[in-house]
Amino acid sequence: MGWLLPPSASTYAGDIDFLYYLILVITGIAFVIVEVGILWFVVRYRARPGGRAEYTHGNMRAEVIWTAIPAVTVVALGIMSAGVWNDVKGRHSVPDDALAYGLHAQQFEWHFTHPGADGQLDTSDDITVRNQLHVPVNRPVWIRMRSEDVIHSFFVPAFRVKQDVVPGMVTQVWFEATETGEFEIACAELCGLGHYRMGATVTVHSAEDFNAWVAAQALAAQAQ
Amino acid sequence: MATAALAHDAAGHHGDAHELSFIRKYIFSTDHKIIGIQFLLMSLIFLGIGGFAAMMIRWQLGFPGEAFPGGALLPETMAPGGIVLPEFYNSLVTMHGTLMVFFAVMPLLVGVFGNFLIPLKIGAPDMAFPRLNMWSFWIAVPAGILMMAGFFVEGGHAAAGWTSYAPLSAIGEYSGVYTGQQIWLLSLAMLGLSSILGATNYITTVVNLRAPGMGWFRLPLSIWALFVTAILVLLAIPILSGAAIMLFFDQTIGTHFFDATGGGQPLLWQHLFWYFGHPEVYILILPAMGVVSDIIANGSRKPIFGYHSMVYAIIAIAFLGWIVWGHHMFQSGMNPSLGMTFMISTLLIAVPSAIKTFNWMGTMWRGQLNFHVPMLHAITFVSMFVIGGLSGVFMASTPVDIYIHDTYFIVAHIHYVLFGGSLFAIYAAVTFWYPKMFGRLMDPFWGKVHWILTLIAFNVTFFPMHTIGAQGHMRRIYDPNQYEFLQPLQGTNTLITIGALVLFGSQFIFILNFVISWFTGAKASANPWDDNGLEWTVPSPPPHGNFATVPNVYHAPYEFSSPLVEEDFLPQNRKLDGTVGSADTPAAG
Amino acid sequence: MRRTLAVVIVGLLAACGGGGETSGGDGGSAATSMPAAAPLGTASISGVISFDGTAPANPVIDMSEESACAAKYADGAVNPIVQVADGKLANAFVRITAGLPAGPYPAPTGAAVVDQDGCLYHPRVLGVMTGQDLEIRNSDPLLHNIKAVPTANRGFNISQPQAGMTTTRSFRVPEVMVPLECSVHGWMNAYVGVVEHPYFATSGSDGSFTIAGLPAGSYTLEAWHETLGTQTLQVEVADGGKAAADFTFRSN
Repeated sequence: MGWLLPPSASTYAGDIDFLYYLILVITGIAFVIVEVGILWFVVRYRARPGGRAEYTHGNMRAEVIWTAIPAVTVVALGIMSAGVWNDVKGRHSVPDDALAYGLHAQQFEWHFTHPGADGQLDTSDDITVRNQLHVPVNRPVWIRMRSEDVIHSFFVPAFRVKQDVVPGMVTQVWFEATETGEFEIACAELCGLGHYRMGATVTVHSAEDFNAWVAAQALAAQAQ
Repeated sequence: MATAALAHDAAGHHGDAHELSFIRKYIFSTDHKIIGIQFLLMSLIFLGIGGFAAMMIRWQLGFPGEAFPGGALLPETMAPGGIVLPEFYNSLVTMHGTLMVFFAVMPLLVGVFGNFLIPLKIGAPDMAFPRLNMWSFWIAVPAGILMMAGFFVEGGHAAAGWTSYAPLSAIGEYSGVYTGQQIWLLSLAMLGLSSILGATNYITTVVNLRAPGMGWFRLPLSIWALFVTAILVLLAIPILSGAAIMLFFDQTIGTHFFDATGGGQPLLWQHLFWYFGHPEVYILILPAMGVVSDIIANGSRKPIFGYHSMVYAIIAIAFLGWIVWGHHMFQSGMNPSLGMTFMISTLLIAVPSAIKTFNWMGTMWRGQLNFHVPMLHAITFVSMFVIGGLSGVFMASTPVDIYIHDTYFIVAHIHYVLFGGSLFAIYAAVTFWYPKMFGRLMDPFWGKVHWILTLIAFNVTFFPMHTIGAQGHMRRIYDPNQYEFLQPLQGTNTLITIGALVLFGSQFIFILNFVISWFTGAKASANPWDDNGLEWTVPSPPPHGNFATVPNVYHAPYEFSSPLVEEDFLPQNRKLDGTVGSADTPAAG
Repeated sequence: MRRTLAVVIVGLLAACGGGGETSGGDGGSAATSMPAAAPLGTASISGVISFDGTAPANPVIDMSEESACAAKYADGAVNPIVQVADGKLANAFVRITAGLPAGPYPAPTGAAVVDQDGCLYHPRVLGVMTGQDLEIRNSDPLLHNIKAVPTANRGFNISQPQAGMTTTRSFRVPEVMVPLECSVHGWMNAYVGVVEHPYFATSGSDGSFTIAGLPAGSYTLEAWHETLGTQTLQVEVADGGKAAADFTFRSN
């Protein structure tokens, strides 16, 4: 709890979490330097009778040091972050073998279209489910997303996934779940009065269970 | 350079010549000091209303299902049985942000101190355009009244966030809000005009009306900050006005700038808004940094450490502030390559902020620290702003932002820079210049009580927001308990709410101190803080026209503990024989 | 723009706004009957709406992610779009469109009621008069929002996060039909017929409807269904008489 991130269950979550903790350490060090420094000065340099402050207008060497160190640090952070960003959201970030899904978001529901038994989207065996996403474990999943009305945002905290869903555009997201189980999906962009209650569930199945689920959906669709 | 004569406007209204009516002197005044005080009174009222909106938000989050005290007075469309409805909650969130940004913090820093300080600190009798200045205030007032009117219309007030993203804000059907959203836009367009008039005045005044000897590098940092801020206002506010007009047209006359169903682009709104919005937040912080510099130098009895670096840092922050707007849009669906470029510029803006922080510390180092109330607030500014600035590094990293975007981590960052930063600076500045405004001092004991309560309650309220954000707690969520992963955070939400209630209550100490001291505060001399600025060389409060004769400026702004004099301060206009144009104080130009 | 300007001025004068937002009301019964109003006559028109052929299957509603509502259905929920029983069609909205004496007809003081129960609107189809209160209730312990999307009237989009909440709205101009939607539960639909006179009815599960209190005359009757279209009939009725008007719908 606290500053520690909650458990994660996707492949790139580790890279994101690493950056978070690295920044936490760096900013923590800066925090301590500044706050302890201020406290120290407040105690050490309080006015004393007969005292006189040191008349100085600055120190160029100090300026250079406290400009260069932050500059080098942030540039390094930027370079490290750029690599991860490219892997997660870059133009060529979606793995070639990703299973393609569709998402249609609207006030205040998510409709996930699964590719069905043939593994292809936009075929007759596609399965569209309200507020439920079913994916296989250890397999990349690629979701193309559309909005019916306003901007929503597809957020899966456990996978460190977030991507706005924008009307008039197709946005995309990909992830590979590393653990089976049920994980919550939330809407992360104010979308109206029901925004607070726009949740869904992603169920990560083992390979066999996933096939069984897909087959069961096909049967249920035939029965209707 | 400066015109030496006391300026006379065409109407010829000047102090000892005529006796002005009460209305001309205090209501429709063209005197920059009165206008500054008018902005102060108006803004404090909106600070209270914006804070009250926050209390209702926090009550819902801290004590879900419990009626807000007094909530039964609200109509059924807002809070049946005293419990706010989700749509009203969204309006409260929207109006809290809107009122605080546009009607409290911006006018408090730019309207109050821009107006009050600039002519006094540069040695001018008034602003370059006194009547334009009057218009600047008297356009802001109806803008504020119009904004409040939005609560009373059918469909309720704007509820799409202070960021008003389209198409939620463009198409009434999606939110149930029609007129309220239109009022929001019209009000801001009006307020924008007020700001633009003010900025024009400030820039012209600083460029043209500096007293002889007041070279650019003898300007106090408060004036540098206000000057650079005014340039930002002039360049940024018109973008908002334009975008607001486009959105208004989408709502009313059938255009589709931002409406995808008509071929429009929702992302266009975001680009336009944030192209304004990011410079806006630097408008909200730079004057705060400026006044804090003045006050820390005064409280440390030392020159500002690295004055020139401080000036360049102000300019760098303002300049870099133009090229970071996309960091609000990393997850928006815009081209990910833009994520890279905006990340670099955003990370870089940490550098001038770091420079300023270390220079403030350098000012305190080896000083003779006098912990008067303004100094307490100013040191708190540095200490709290740093936390806000450091939390910004997390969100500057685009991959980390994937997780923390639109969570309470962002809310924590916003409030550490805007409250921990700007508002503490405002308290410092109001207390510091109060004697010059009103001729009396605020009570120092109650000032310290207000300060320590605010400092503690502020951190109890906002520090835990980092942690709930790190757990994934989203923003603008009426009922987090709808999500299982957020249910364990209810206890923290309640703690935050308790902190917020204490924080809100503590501000009444400041308000009471402010009001009561106006009538019964200790009378102030011309220079109660032993400061160097030109405003402290004239009576408290100064007469109309400020200076009996035009001052001549001989020194840099922060010559505390100078070896040239016995006192530990050296007013900028004090003539020391043989000291004009010394190495440390470049000649006027 | 003129409307906006008027509102701006009104807003500046701090007008208290909101059309008819008092909650509660007398609470009318099921909307198959007409609002109580002083009848103009004693004649009536009755009929039965039938459905010819095999009724289309109504879609199954996936309520698996809304357990509090799913629990109210032992055999799973179905969206009653075309409700046919024994060849009789329910939820057809019937009203007189021509032949009535000129108005205005005063709106009744009682409210028409629509309830959200089991994540469905009850009734699905109802009529109100212009200016009459429509009382919307939530009987589910969860959030519903009620979004009215009229074309001639002013719409609204309001929430009821708790069970037991009621909200009252009204419509100023005639409009057939005003759709009601819930955005949280996309399958929820209701249709409100806003009529300037009280001579309308909705067919029950037995397909029957009655419009009473009419003066003698020659009337045009229109029956509307949400997917099966509209049909009209010409009916004559004498003073105190009873006329019959049957409609038959079929799949398109």
